[in-house]
Order: sequence, then C-alpha cells, then structure tokens
Amino acid sequence: MLLFASYADALGASEIVLDVPEGTTVRDLVTAVRARAPHAALPPHPLVAVNQAYAGPDDVLTLGDEVALIPPVAGG
Amino acid sequence: MMRAAIVNRPLDATALLAEVASDAHGATTLFVGTVRNVNSGRAVSGIEYSAYDAMATVELQRILDETALRFTDVSVVVEHRVGTLALQEASVIIATAHAHRAPALDAQRYVIEELKKRVPVWKREHYTDGTREWVGAAS
Repeated sequence: MLLFASYADALGASEIVLDVPEGTTVRDLVTAVRARAPHAALPPHPLVAVNQAYAGPDDVLTLGDEVALIPPVAGG
Repeated sequence: MMRAAIVNRPLDATALLAEVASDAHGATTLFVGTVRNVNSGRAVSGIEYSAYDAMATVELQRILDETALRFTDVSVVVEHRVGTLALQEASVIIATAHAHRAPALDAQRYVIEELKKRVPVWKREHYTDGTREWVGAAS
C-alpha cells in the first residue's frame, strides 16, 4: 500500500505491505492499517485509491491491485 | 489540443499558450497559481509540492475528458509542478482556448476547481519561523 505526504509521515513509511485474505474490501484494509499503527494520526475514513482511481469502502481488492491512502489533497 | 502533466521543473506560461494557439480561436485564457507569502495568518517562505504522480496525471486527464464533453472544441493544457517552490513561483498553469470567450473562461474555471478537489497533490508549507506543515492534513 502506498502512502503519501502527511500519511507517510504518520506511518513512517512511503509503502507498507499487508497480508490480507481473499475478498478483503477497502474498508477491511483501512481497519488493518489502523490496527497495525494504532497511534498513527490517520482519520477513521481516509480516501483510498485502487489502481489510480478513487475507491469506495465496499470495493473488493484483488491480487496485484495498486492501493494507496490519499491524504486531503491540496493542489493548485 | 488537450494535455495534462505533472512536472518537476519551472513552468513556462508562454509555451503553454503556444500549445493551445490556433487560427480558429478567438479567446485564450491563462491561469497561473503562484506561491503566496501568507496562509491562515502565518508567514510563508516557500511550498514543497508532492504528488502521487501516476494517479495525478490520470486524474488530470479525466478532468480534461470531462471538460471536452462540457465545452465542445475547447483546447486545454494544464501542468502542475512538484518540488520546492519559492514565493511567486508558479505551481500550476492552465491555458485554455476556444472560438469564443465564454467556453474558454468556463473551461478554465472547471479545470482549476476540479483539480483542487480531486488531483492527488499535496503541499507542505515552509514558514519564515523555520517550521513546516502539510496543508489540509487532519490534525
């Protein structure tokens, strides 16, 4: 899972590897990340992108998906 | 002409204007977003921009696809810069052109508003007191 900006700082890495079972949803993955880093400054429902598009909490992940946690964007 | 890019070099407004130029256009607009010296009452000395490069490029392209559907025959070129920028340096430039002014102006507004909402780019402000902070990050 890719991490950027304030979330990379919060978890101390720009990428983390999580072992998740088949059928894992975006919501499950966020729960797993929060369990792994309970003290990190992550909001309860961060934006998630799967394969470079915004994903919903019920979207199911498949092997090889590129998953990223997206902090509040601030371009421009 | 529709082109979007995330770049790691100074932006060139003249080059972007040249890209959208056409004999068929009667109106051309240029939007330049620059680094400002104050934000939320704090004195800013510079901004460090970073992006999820691959997705930012794709998301910008999606915005341009939507723009093309909303404003037929508009030309748009948009570049967002990443890296550390000093005051007055351009972080984003959007050039639009159309036969008529209304679609050119409206397309430009659409692109910058959607960019600010959706494109995965982040900025860490550097303050004159030596501290730095991610903008918009949950505290």
